[in-house]
Amino acid sequence: MIKERHLNMALIVVCVVIPVWAHLADEPFIITLMTRAAIFALAAVGLNIALGLGGLVSLGHAAFFGLGGYAMGISAFHAQTFTPVAEWPFLIEGTKSMPAIWLISVAVSAFAATIVGILSLRTSGVYFIMITLAFGQMFFYFSISWPTYGGEDGLSVYVRNGFPGLNTLDPIQFFMICFAILVAALALASRLARSPFGLALNAARQAPQRVETVGLDPNRLKLVAFVISGAMTGLAGALFADLNRFVSPAMFSWQLSGEIMVFVIIGGVGRLFGPVAGALVFVTLEHLLGGFSEFWHVHLGVLLLLVVLFGRGGLIGMICGREGSHD
Amino acid sequence: MSFALIAEQILNGVQFGIMLFLMAAGLTLIFGVMGLINLAHGSLFMVGAFAAAAVAGATGSFLLALLAALTAAAIAGALVELVVIRRLYGKDHLDQVLATFALILIFSEGTRWLFGSFPLYLSIPSYLSGPISLPGGIEYSLYRTALIAAGLVIALGLGLMITRTRIGVQVRAGENDREMIAALGIDISKLYTLIFALGAALAGLAGALVGAIQSVQVGMGEPVLILAFVVIVIGGIGSIKGALIGSILVGLTDTLGSVFLPQALRLVMDASSATAVGSSIASMAIYILMGVVLIWRPTGLFGARF
Repeated sequence: MIKERHLNMALIVVCVVIPVWAHLADEPFIITLMTRAAIFALAAVGLNIALGLGGLVSLGHAAFFGLGGYAMGISAFHAQTFTPVAEWPFLIEGTKSMPAIWLISVAVSAFAATIVGILSLRTSGVYFIMITLAFGQMFFYFSISWPTYGGEDGLSVYVRNGFPGLNTLDPIQFFMICFAILVAALALASRLARSPFGLALNAARQAPQRVETVGLDPNRLKLVAFVISGAMTGLAGALFADLNRFVSPAMFSWQLSGEIMVFVIIGGVGRLFGPVAGALVFVTLEHLLGGFSEFWHVHLGVLLLLVVLFGRGGLIGMICGREGSHD
Repeated sequence: MSFALIAEQILNGVQFGIMLFLMAAGLTLIFGVMGLINLAHGSLFMVGAFAAAAVAGATGSFLLALLAALTAAAIAGALVELVVIRRLYGKDHLDQVLATFALILIFSEGTRWLFGSFPLYLSIPSYLSGPISLPGGIEYSLYRTALIAAGLVIALGLGLMITRTRIGVQVRAGENDREMIAALGIDISKLYTLIFALGAALAGLAGALVGAIQSVQVGMGEPVLILAFVVIVIGGIGSIKGALIGSILVGLTDTLGSVFLPQALRLVMDASSATAVGSSIASMAIYILMGVVLIWRPTGLFGARF
């Protein structure tokens, strides 16, 4: 058995070596694939905070991914057309600056996660799954029927947003930005899991009554986890929109919610690096199988079915054994 | 706005609701008895629609098409239960969500592989096309009237089956105490397969019936599935009555909202922005309804109280 710590190091090394090699070998497409994997991993690290730590099976995280994406799309749209986002109650200008857009995305998706979380956490179990799925669909239909920002056609951003001191149009530099954010998110998730908050949350997942007995509100703990989780996924959405320079209602689709969950599961629920492993495997499969069969989702479906039915603990669980996992 | 138009929209809403009921009833039964959340229920809806379109294309008979939809969906449901679902009963909801999500991927791509990406068409039979005159001078589509009638008959039949028959007794017993019913000598796994196939057949029938008024295509099941989830959240899990009332509420809210909200907003703003704002809000109306029910009664209108 390989120690989980060593496997995590190996995953980080893979995430650095492949893009650097691709940069030297002049293979920008590989760098783009790795950027995609890093962004998906970030979204899944976000979901894993709700799912792995809080036990909240949210099937609506595409809502936050999409909100982050549209926060970027709308800001950049107004900046490139030189129109204000809003004139009332005070003037809001569009922006093409990445750090500003990230802040907006995090704020917007955290706000939405608070509302969705407060409503969804009135219930639990299978109700929670259905309600998050339904709210996700609500954002999807809203984005389709709202004509101002492209409706069904989506919104194109012609030039990638800027980051002070970097050329974001260079694939390797944009990858490094995404990778740095992913590492920061992993560090935050790891700190969170070991913090008093994380420990209390862990307890709230396993024995809510006991947590209540010692004077903590389990639902409040879960709500905070849900908001952090949604905000992180929203940030991933903003980066994803920047990667494609395009946002569309597809970012809100329920399939995407399912896929973000698949990243977490293939890698291993509650494992710090599970989402990274899952996203890497997903993007690799998407590229390899998508190249040789138009119907690659069948293969993905079968693989997923096998992992769920027979491979408890996901890839990391299979390689490292069960010790150290959350359940 | 005329009375006839309002009546027509109300009937449209009821018809939509009745079709949702056929989906929601199966889901809520399967959840109530087996404790399983089945995302692949939308795929069975799609299987029914495709089977109907294929058979109608080959034979030209609408009744045969409906029969094919029922059979194909029931067989697909029974097979899926025997091969995959059966292994999920003891597992947690997360595993059920993922396994049934995997089934959606397999069903959708499998159907695309068999039938191609282009939508199929299923036409309304001649004896059900055209309008019908309803009391009060309302002209309404005969086919949609038939849908409402068929749905009500099925709802009544389901209700009688649950309350009056031996199977119904077993279903209710299964909801309350799984071990006890097995101890009384009832083959619980056969009962589970039967209920799953019944739910699948209802979904397949809904797919075929709806397939005649919209196009039959891959991915048609999931939006309906998610609406059926909204219905169940509103009606309460495990309750057929809740599913019926929830479905009609959702059907009416969605249909009437998208027709009347833009018109109502036209009273306070100009026409084009009223259409835009109205349709955006209308697209969220049923989710707002769900939110209100959640605040008021977290376990749904007819759900078990905790």
